[in-house]
Amino acid sequence: MKHTVLECRKLSVRFGGVQALHEVDFQADQGHITAIIGPNGAGKTTLLNVISGMVSPVSGEILFDTHTITHCPVHQRNSLGMVRTFQNLEIFSNMTVLENVMTGCHGHMPLAAWHSLLRTPKAIALEHRIKEQALEALEFVGLTGLNTVSAKELAFGQQRSLELARALAARPRLLLLDEPAAGLNIAETQALAEMIVRIRDTYQVSIILVEHDMELVMGISDAIMVLCFGQVISRGTPGQIQKDPQVIAAYLGSDEDE
Amino acid sequence: MAYRRDMYWLAAFFTVLMLAPLAMPNNYYLTVLIMCCLHAMNAVGLCLLVGHAGQISLGHAGFYGLAAYTSAFLSTTIGLPVGLSMLAGIGAGTVTSVLVGLPSLKLHGHYLAMATLGFGVILSILFTETIDITGGPSGFVGIPGLSVFGYELTNDASIYRVVALGLCLIVWLAFNVLHSRIGRALRALHTSEKAAQAMGVDVARYKLFVFVLSAFFSSVAGVLYAHYLTFIAPASFGFMFSVEIIVMVVLGGMISVPGSIIGAFFLTVLPEFLRAFENSEIILFGAILVLCMIFLPDGLAGGWNRLWQRLRAASAQASLRKQI
Repeated sequence: MKHTVLECRKLSVRFGGVQALHEVDFQADQGHITAIIGPNGAGKTTLLNVISGMVSPVSGEILFDTHTITHCPVHQRNSLGMVRTFQNLEIFSNMTVLENVMTGCHGHMPLAAWHSLLRTPKAIALEHRIKEQALEALEFVGLTGLNTVSAKELAFGQQRSLELARALAARPRLLLLDEPAAGLNIAETQALAEMIVRIRDTYQVSIILVEHDMELVMGISDAIMVLCFGQVISRGTPGQIQKDPQVIAAYLGSDEDE
Repeated sequence: MAYRRDMYWLAAFFTVLMLAPLAMPNNYYLTVLIMCCLHAMNAVGLCLLVGHAGQISLGHAGFYGLAAYTSAFLSTTIGLPVGLSMLAGIGAGTVTSVLVGLPSLKLHGHYLAMATLGFGVILSILFTETIDITGGPSGFVGIPGLSVFGYELTNDASIYRVVALGLCLIVWLAFNVLHSRIGRALRALHTSEKAAQAMGVDVARYKLFVFVLSAFFSSVAGVLYAHYLTFIAPASFGFMFSVEIIVMVVLGGMISVPGSIIGAFFLTVLPEFLRAFENSEIILFGAILVLCMIFLPDGLAGGWNRLWQRLRAASAQASLRKQI
């Protein structure tokens, strides 16, 4: 039974005179890892930004489950279960590791402000639950024992893991990963690949992955969509994509040149 | 837990505040102490707004003054009971902060500074020019003294206790906020609004929340100020005071609530001590601030932390030597 978590219909985005996305149709299935690939400037990150609400489309529609979220603000998408990470790390450098991850629980564990102001029993209980969830997420990504360390003191690879932990603490149903392997070495990338698969299998999270590392993408994706100059040029399983002449042309230049 | 540590600090601070009058030889010192507490209320609010949420306000003296004048006007000219006027004064300051915050918090950095500065200047002109209501530049005289639940507080010692208690309550609220999801949301939007939004933080709402909360603290200080001195003048609520509160917070160490309180006390007491130097007072004041910022870039709180760590390291080394 295939169930579509996210569906984009004819999304177009313009930045001034540049057509960043042109009538892009995209869908991600429940429990699948869907990758978006393409040459530099193809519009991959733009598509992710549109899905997560950081950029609004000129036209088109985005459906998340049954909700139309095309014009829904970013923080509300989080409450619906959509969480993203960033290509250029956006960790909260003024907080400890644990606080960073606890912030991830913000959206799905709401509380009226006066409870926090007066630190009512309800607020204290919530703090405990948030801390538990954060510790669980930290353990999942292998960052235990660093709770009170300031986030900016972590090594780059650890900061990447921290971002993942923060996203996991938000209990997402759909996780958007923007180039999670950027800046990681081969061993770290392999560990990341295992972790992404483990996230999907443990939490039944659907994942949308924008990534340049082809080995990573081909290794773990269930479905791939290829963008080129803002248009979809191919979609399918990793096997189909690798054989698609159009994709090869986009990446390596067309056959005629050879 | 960090929260418990802050509560111990608050308990110690409360005890010191309550015992302090015993060490005061005369009422003049008590007056200075009351002003310290009022300034600290303002500083704690701005510590949350500037230090934690990373927003700037150069208009908080406006809320401070608005609350003071509202309460003064209602109790003196209209003749309402003091308690009721004070509540109305706090309400006026807080509600105005919502109206000011809604449009201006959409701005960032220098623009936000300009908008809040403009607000502060407008209020300051209003206090000076609406002579029929505020008494103009010569001030508002004859404000009834502070009273709590109908009891009028006649001596400075009891007023001081009320003000000190008020400060401690404000500090308690501030600590509660900082150690909650709200505090994390504020620190999050300080570093990365994008990431904060992605984590479900309604950035606009939390900015407004902390702006209003800090204005509320300033308003509380304002009404206490009016009914303690029984005389207010526009000069106390000008642009310079807004800047002074920010300096208190920066001097204290931006993100530290105890630090900003100490900064407020320091900057209130210092001019009193420097009075002895008469003409060179301002120069000395400036020099001390410059020296503080050069040698304590992370403020008084940061300097204290470093000193503490160095002492601990030294004692650890000493005990290690003993073992050998």
